[in-house]
Amino acid sequence: MSCALLLLLTSLALAMGTGTAVEIQRPRGVPQSKRQFYEENKPFTCLDGSSTIPFDRVNDDYCDCRDGSDEPGTAACPNGSFHCTNAGFRPAFIPSSRINDGICDCCDTTDEYNSGATCQNTCREMGRKERESLQIMAEITKEGFLLKQQLIHEAKRAQEDKQGKLTELQGSKKGLEGKVEALRTVKETAEDPEKEAKERHLKSWEEQKELIRMEKDKTRMAEAFLELDDDSDGYVSVAELQSHLELDPDSDGSLTETETQVRCLLFLPLKSREDVPPTVQTPEKREDDELSMPPYDTETQSLIDGAYIHLQSLICGPEFIWICRNLEKEIGFDFGPSAEFAYLYSQCYELSTSEYIYRLCPFNRVSQKPKFGGSETNLGLWGQWAGPEENLYSVMKYDHGQGCWQGPNRSTTVKLTCGKETVVTSTSEPSRCEYLMEFTTPAVCQEPASLDEVLHGHTEL
Amino acid sequence: MTRVKINELKPLKPRFEVPDVLINDPPTEPLSLLSRDENGVVLSLGADSQRLIVSAKPFRLDIMEGREVLLSLNSRGLLAFEHLRILYLDWLLSLLGPSSISLDFSLPGVENVYGIPEHADSLKLKATDGGDPYRLFNLDVFQYEVFNPMALYGAIPVMLSHSAQRTMGIFWLNAAETWVDISSNTAGKTVFGQMLDYVQGSSETPQTDVRWISESGIIDVFIMLGPTPTDVFSQYASLTGTQAFPPLSALAYHQCRWNYNDQEDVAAVDQGFDDHDIPYDFIWLDIEHTDGKRYFTWDPHKFPQPKDMLQGLLDKRRKMVTIVDPHIKVDSSYKIHNEIRSKGFYVKSKDGGDYEGWCWPGNSGYPDFTNPEMRAWWASMFAYDQYEGSMENMYTWNDMNEPSVFNGPEVTMHKDALHGNWENRDLHNLYGLYVQRATAEGLIERSGGVERPFVLARAFFAGSQRYGAVWTGDNAAEWEHLKISIPMCLSLSLVGVSFCGADVGGFFKSPSTELLVRWYQTGAYQPFFRAHAHLDTPRREPWLFGPENTALIREAVRQRYALLPYWYQLFYHAHHSGQPVMRPLWVEYPQDTATFSMDDQFLLGRDLLVHPVTEEGARGVTAYLPGKGEVWFDVHTFQKHNGAQNLYIPVTISSIPVFQRGGSIIPRKARVRRSSSCMEHDPYTLFVALSPKRFAQGELYIDDGHTFNFDKQKQFIHRRFSFANNALSSRNLAPGSQFTTFSWVEKIVILGASKPSKATLKTHDGKESQLEFEFDASMSVLTLRKPGVNAGLDWTVVLQ
Repeated sequence: MSCALLLLLTSLALAMGTGTAVEIQRPRGVPQSKRQFYEENKPFTCLDGSSTIPFDRVNDDYCDCRDGSDEPGTAACPNGSFHCTNAGFRPAFIPSSRINDGICDCCDTTDEYNSGATCQNTCREMGRKERESLQIMAEITKEGFLLKQQLIHEAKRAQEDKQGKLTELQGSKKGLEGKVEALRTVKETAEDPEKEAKERHLKSWEEQKELIRMEKDKTRMAEAFLELDDDSDGYVSVAELQSHLELDPDSDGSLTETETQVRCLLFLPLKSREDVPPTVQTPEKREDDELSMPPYDTETQSLIDGAYIHLQSLICGPEFIWICRNLEKEIGFDFGPSAEFAYLYSQCYELSTSEYIYRLCPFNRVSQKPKFGGSETNLGLWGQWAGPEENLYSVMKYDHGQGCWQGPNRSTTVKLTCGKETVVTSTSEPSRCEYLMEFTTPAVCQEPASLDEVLHGHTEL
Repeated sequence: MTRVKINELKPLKPRFEVPDVLINDPPTEPLSLLSRDENGVVLSLGADSQRLIVSAKPFRLDIMEGREVLLSLNSRGLLAFEHLRILYLDWLLSLLGPSSISLDFSLPGVENVYGIPEHADSLKLKATDGGDPYRLFNLDVFQYEVFNPMALYGAIPVMLSHSAQRTMGIFWLNAAETWVDISSNTAGKTVFGQMLDYVQGSSETPQTDVRWISESGIIDVFIMLGPTPTDVFSQYASLTGTQAFPPLSALAYHQCRWNYNDQEDVAAVDQGFDDHDIPYDFIWLDIEHTDGKRYFTWDPHKFPQPKDMLQGLLDKRRKMVTIVDPHIKVDSSYKIHNEIRSKGFYVKSKDGGDYEGWCWPGNSGYPDFTNPEMRAWWASMFAYDQYEGSMENMYTWNDMNEPSVFNGPEVTMHKDALHGNWENRDLHNLYGLYVQRATAEGLIERSGGVERPFVLARAFFAGSQRYGAVWTGDNAAEWEHLKISIPMCLSLSLVGVSFCGADVGGFFKSPSTELLVRWYQTGAYQPFFRAHAHLDTPRREPWLFGPENTALIREAVRQRYALLPYWYQLFYHAHHSGQPVMRPLWVEYPQDTATFSMDDQFLLGRDLLVHPVTEEGARGVTAYLPGKGEVWFDVHTFQKHNGAQNLYIPVTISSIPVFQRGGSIIPRKARVRRSSSCMEHDPYTLFVALSPKRFAQGELYIDDGHTFNFDKQKQFIHRRFSFANNALSSRNLAPGSQFTTFSWVEKIVILGASKPSKATLKTHDGKESQLEFEFDASMSVLTLRKPGVNAGLDWTVVLQ
């Protein structure tokens, strides 16, 4: 990108520099750089060396050279190209089939010298417009690039942060493994009495329940029950436990797996370090369920408390895995060479059209929702960077969206251009179920430093 | 030609006789009575000792030439004529009974019959014993099957019979649903059986029997006696007219898709062609360009400035086609609908109200195109001030003109719908022709009668060739569909419709890259060359498949453009004399039995033989080069091959096997530009392919490319190129015509030549000059450098 820009500006400067100079005579359609090969009154050798012809056969409207080099200024050769100087704008090559075809291709009108087409020289105007838009673009690029530096800086810090967190988590895993054994013992010792206590309690509960049922219509009993229920705040009720099969110590299965416990234990120091309150949820009061089990008696409660740590660690298990995985995932993402795209992660950007609201959540998904009711359609999940080799980070590809009738799964290509702001600027569906989104972000802004240098460097010439 | 017409003397009500198909009342000749007895008469048919024997009981007609029976009518006694009867009568309603007709034809000595399009079947028609007959009933068929006698979008009830001795034609002029049953006494016979017949010498003469059945109307049949294919084409052309002469650009490449989404999309695709240096002339807009499928309108959001768009195309000397279908949205805020309704121009249902059916716009009415007043009004809707946003570089496509009625029986109109006094059953197959006719007349009128129209239609009938182009409908991106495009267009070519093509790439489904490339290569050598794709398919503009495939497609399209002078000349001939552009080999080699059932190669005119690669993963093809003692030149390598041989040609993905007949001269324009209009003044290169006797002949036709001035004011150039006695000359074939061209002759390439000592050019003013030349001894190719003579003038080049 910077290379193309550089080239473009070079030639622009050159054109402006030579605009006032006398035009050097050379065969029609020959660029300055090849003028030396076309020496008047000397036999001309085709540029591929295939043959040599008298000079009067250069541009004589008959193709003699296989490479088309003898007819730079006519349409005679199928593979020829014509050079327009385009003073005031930038020079260009056009296929020689566009010479005298009645269509103005060169802004300096030189391609239509014998077709009767009336062309206006628009080079100066085009040059002016291009300079203007280049200037605007340069400003945007400049500011955008500054923003990008900031983004890179922030991304770097955040990345280090996350990496540190993960390393810490993974490091503490080892040290904690010893404690697992200890806890297992705790758990096992807790389980047996708990089991007994539970059974005991259940039995009495069954009796109690019978009583409650008999007297359930009595307001008093209901009030007493509610009071009991209130007292149970902050404790895990058996009912709550039973409703969560994965927390029930009796359904040993996967929960007693050592690995789960290890992960679970790892969570504890993390939580305490970040001062996150324990995630044990207070059981919801379910007033509608008059028959919810009252808490255990004190003895039972203390037994359950013994199992509490164990239970808590189980509750936190999946969450820990989730955090670890997300950290790993986020660190593993390709956020660009300097992680400049990291700020887009977990953000979403919307564009509203006449019919739909389009939503781009970078590195996640693209979706479309009808403005006036209707369900959301998945237009693709994050796939990969899909720009051309030299500019990989200019295009994002989202695929495996919702399937189309008789067609492919929906997919979206997001084209990124440099801008100060991060916005979706347009969407379209060029082909059925293949969407195209244009998205501006400072993260793709290229270093603009060369601009002034080039301009100044060449005006001196 | 013999016409046999059978009708009821006193029908309860008149029976339908097909109007507007014959271009005039065929002149009749009195038949002279040769002899008679109590059961019949023998009449002289004039030429060639041809006689007609009429026998009364049982009724039978035999057409004889000398002692040979050429054709017999009703020899199997299958003549049926259900005369009109009152089937049911009550105080108001009388229902007429069935009214079908049938007749059989026996063709002694005939083993091959062709024609009766449109079917996705082999060129040589199959015997239908034990299966369905070929059906002719214009239908909008969803995802049609190949090698099937089922009815498709169009119907031309014309059959050609061919044997090594004679070519004949049967034109069954009936527009009702028609079935054609074919049986043959040789079909299905084993090779052993045939050998046995041969050895025993007791073989019965091969014979094909054909039975035609139509649901209503009368028996009105023309027997075209040939005897050559050319004669049959002329005879048929004298009845139904010839191919409309299209604007030159319509013979170039067309880029279509359902749909180009909006003006920006059109501009981007247009630019894409320039960016990838691929020529094209027309970009097409399908139904989505309209405002809610209201034809003659534009979607105000997607196409807010149609004239700007058209001007943008005009600036690049390109054109557009928009679709105008014959179903009209029933919507009281739609001008077209209101006018048709208020004028009473809609087809009526049997109870007298406007017939309505479901189509793209939802509930739709169907204008009665059989009504000349309706057609005149419809034509007037194409005036620039009526069709808002239209310009002179915008042309028209009539799709769905069977007509398609989504909720009708077999997706078409109810047979009891009324066109004036006639039921749809009587004229069903004629509806599509009238739609295309009214549209073509509209395009002519909008230009004050100056410009030639270009209208593409899906449904057609005998005579449709007079109004424009047709295509083979909604095919699929499958190799079988690519292959079938050849016999489908050949079948149409044989019965007058030269301007035929298939959707390049296949309409339904998505082609593999290889299939797409092969389809471009094939389509480049078929008359109507348009890529098209279904709405639900991924985009497939030529540059979307990587640079190599872009280059392959570019090359195929360029070959088409370079050959446009030849295409144009062939279409001029098709228009002028009814000779088909695309021809089965047997048309030019009628006695070569090897050519009688070929589906994989064809001729363009007489001089180019095309055997496109239509097999997936092909490494070679075997082309049959006809003509004992003739030679053919590979147009790409100039390699010479002998005729009357099966030639194995190794192929790569870039190969398009095409051969030029030794003895022919073909003009090309080597400077391929971005549209055909851009090439108007470009010079010609003549490819002279010498016969073994060192002789060659060819033609060149030039006019302004788009007006009727060639016809009305004789503004054209028509020249004959002849190579004989080592001299190549150009002389005027149309002394009465007047036209000047800027084009000149830039190069002459003589294939199969020997090296001359010098080449002298003599121009029309008597001046002589020497031409430089190059000689390639390995291929015997002589290239004359820059004769520089104007293409419209006399000149001679003498080789010494």
